[in-house]
Amino acid sequence: MLESPRSELGFKTGLAYHQNQKILVNVKVLRILESDREMTNQKCKGMRDLLPEDMLRFRCIEDVFRSCCRSWGYQEVKTPTLEFLYLFTAAGTLTPGMLSKVYSFLDWDGWSGERVVLRPDGTIPVARLYIDNLSGQELARLFYVTNIFAFEGTGKENRERWQCGAEFFGGAKFAADVEIILLAKEIIRKLGVNNVELQLSHAGLVRALVKELKLGADEEAAVTHSVLEGDWRALTKAKSASPEFSKLLGALLNLKGRSSNFLHNIRASFPKASNDFKSSVADLINVTALLDSVDCAYEIDIGTIHGFEYYTGVCFQFLATGEKVGGGGRYDKLVPLMNGKEIPACGFALYVDPLMRMLPPQEEKQNGLAILVKGRELTPETVRLSFRLAESLRSAGYITELDFADREGSSYRWVIVVSGKEPSPFMLKDCLQKRRREVASTTEVLKALSEG
Amino acid sequence: MKDYQDRTIKIALPKGRFLSPTANMLAEIGLEFEGYSSDAKQYRLSSKKLSSVSAKILQEKDIPIQVAVGNYDLGICGLDWIEEFVVKYPTGALVKVSSLNYGEGGIYVATSSLSGIANLADLSTQRRDYRIVSEYPNLAEAFALKRRIRKFRIFPVWGAAEAYPPENADLAVFWGKDGAYVAARGLLPLKKLLSVTAFLIANRESLESKDLSDILACFSSQLTVDLRTSEENESDIFRELKIYDIPWSAKEINLALPDGHQQSPTVQFLKRAGLVFDGYSEKVVSRRPSAELEWLGVKVIRPQDMPQQVANGNFDLAITGEDWLLDHLYRFPASPVEKLLTLGFGTVKVVAAVSQEMPVNNIDDLRVLIQKNPELIKSPLKVASEYTNIADKHLRDNHIHPYKLIPTWGASEAFLPDDADMLIDNTQTGKTLKQHKLKIIDEIFQSSACLIANKNSLMSSDKKDKVELLTQKLRAALE
Repeated sequence: MLESPRSELGFKTGLAYHQNQKILVNVKVLRILESDREMTNQKCKGMRDLLPEDMLRFRCIEDVFRSCCRSWGYQEVKTPTLEFLYLFTAAGTLTPGMLSKVYSFLDWDGWSGERVVLRPDGTIPVARLYIDNLSGQELARLFYVTNIFAFEGTGKENRERWQCGAEFFGGAKFAADVEIILLAKEIIRKLGVNNVELQLSHAGLVRALVKELKLGADEEAAVTHSVLEGDWRALTKAKSASPEFSKLLGALLNLKGRSSNFLHNIRASFPKASNDFKSSVADLINVTALLDSVDCAYEIDIGTIHGFEYYTGVCFQFLATGEKVGGGGRYDKLVPLMNGKEIPACGFALYVDPLMRMLPPQEEKQNGLAILVKGRELTPETVRLSFRLAESLRSAGYITELDFADREGSSYRWVIVVSGKEPSPFMLKDCLQKRRREVASTTEVLKALSEG
Repeated sequence: MKDYQDRTIKIALPKGRFLSPTANMLAEIGLEFEGYSSDAKQYRLSSKKLSSVSAKILQEKDIPIQVAVGNYDLGICGLDWIEEFVVKYPTGALVKVSSLNYGEGGIYVATSSLSGIANLADLSTQRRDYRIVSEYPNLAEAFALKRRIRKFRIFPVWGAAEAYPPENADLAVFWGKDGAYVAARGLLPLKKLLSVTAFLIANRESLESKDLSDILACFSSQLTVDLRTSEENESDIFRELKIYDIPWSAKEINLALPDGHQQSPTVQFLKRAGLVFDGYSEKVVSRRPSAELEWLGVKVIRPQDMPQQVANGNFDLAITGEDWLLDHLYRFPASPVEKLLTLGFGTVKVVAAVSQEMPVNNIDDLRVLIQKNPELIKSPLKVASEYTNIADKHLRDNHIHPYKLIPTWGASEAFLPDDADMLIDNTQTGKTLKQHKLKIIDEIFQSSACLIANKNSLMSSDKKDKVELLTQKLRAALE
């Protein structure tokens, strides 16, 4: 709807009522440059094309993700791109910062003022799907590959991002927490991504720490929001922090624990801490003890978790070479908050965009075997023979392209020229060995190919 | 890129509420513009003192957008419209230079004492679907999100937001001089969202690159650091307010009547139909006139807002213009609004018009011109219109592309030729268009006042007889 400032040039140009000829010429040149650029870039800001090479990486991630999730008993779902805005506005779902970036609008039947959004998050729609369709199931292990939309001011970052996520409804503490962490970890490992770190925190710790500040309701909400947006200094800046609290906070924010012993130490150091705080630490101790038992390395860093309001328990994120590639946690209150039944739940999402950058270039699996079937001329007989041969080759598992325009490709393993002339309607060129021979039938072609 | 050799400095000046205080202030600082008065004949004005400065009179709502996109270097308008724009489009292109210390007021969130909302905290805790009505839909939405209201709907309106609670909305977000102003309209102020004064704003690029020092020097006596009054304890102040009672009780049938230009012909028409409402005459404007029929509730709102308000069931019947009905139906094709009668008064033509100097005589010429000589028209074609949905459809149907729509709040002719290439707007005689050196290239349709109804009310066994009775009375007045 808004225009860019450059559009001031006006239709003055050719419409004789512009006086200065010199400016006219300049304006014209400028306009031609602009129109060239516009012709070659008609994509919306912040949107991204995925080219064949990108898609190979994308599918690689998706394939690994799908096969791992299936082998752990998760089932695939897909939710619609449009959802009601109110699913995301209630307290305990998305933070105000995230909500200010959603793509919301009135649908064609939105005269009642009910707004819809382009899906801004993966978990909430799956929770809705569970409540609407599967709430009779005590346990539901679900996974999805989806795009999410969030506005980003500069237009340089992606406004549409892809994620692979899994949600476990009905999985109680703490085995389910460990299950999703290990599943996510296995996927990342199978993708061949290196230098991966797992960081743990607890959403209840954040809330317990803010409670310790003993602020008014409004200020407490404001500080919680700041922390969830990633600004931990909001905690130390708040005025009512007692010396004891500062000590606690300093210890927590600066230390990085590497085993459950760290948490035992924390618990012993703060005997007067609130019950919320203690129970959050106890949750973390339980999960870390289980992770220790399966030799899963981690770091406890409570300052790392932010962005989502719906987490209630242990949260985690994965970093690869310092970049965030995934995250998740426990959200036991989300389903009841959305008018579903009381059910514990946890899940994670892996971020496809950074992972794509980390994967080595992918090759089409059968690229080396690609075959070009080349009709010598565009007659009904040659076309018939060529398509029939190509069909047989594809059935035999070869990637086969067709050409009737005498295109000389260099990237093929084999080229089969179809002349249609008896007794040898086919000419088989071996591009690797630089040999060629005449062949009489499809069967013979397949035999020659299999012999290499 | 902008041409920084261009020495002309353009400033956008407000119409409406801030026109005369702005004119006074400009006179005081020696920066008068010839013809900047409430009976201005021309939108374009030149400075008496600085030859390089030219001004244009625009609707206040349009000024932040126009300055942000760089059509104007400077602008003067209320902080409410600046924030309404910035909260949705947090562009860095707009710089708030300074408050101008006049036009004090505020944007208030208010409710009716009958709404069952006692304070702000109720909004976050009550499990309700809140209907929020406002001329400031972006500020209203930002407020609802910040308060973590679980479920809400925003009704954007052209005006009269204060008339909606309690029956047609739970909250209204609107401008008021102070809390007492809100209370005098029968509403309880819950929060002052924003303190409003007139503001001087600038385009960032202009401020960074262009010499604006002469004109800014004129303003120097006015440029003060933003004097925000210290945050008063609002709830205490609000508690002392005397809230006037709204004479409201639920009625079986609700009818919306128009204010503004359509009011006087509507009054005459209703008289012919034998319907007289206490508080709705040529001279008197009450938001809630009373009817002799005890089952009929009447409210006076903007005709632009009626189709949507009838669609969502707030009213069963309304008298509005066919233009606004069509604009609504193009936006919401399945809307349950139906036209019952064409009333024949308040007739206007909705037309497409361009500068007289543009070498086209009809819409087909324009399409050919864009296709064959794209260099003659800067692409995309910029179209100013207050009927955004009618304009969109008309341009699409006539294969005009590419185009950009500039939504306006009336007086689209002010945008041509510098800020838009074409307008789609209404005209009675075409005189104003001619006066502004514009020519009509297409008559899209003729629009008159009409009676519209909610289809569900027409089918409801409780309502349909009474709706039919009223329709008959109105139909009789046609003959």
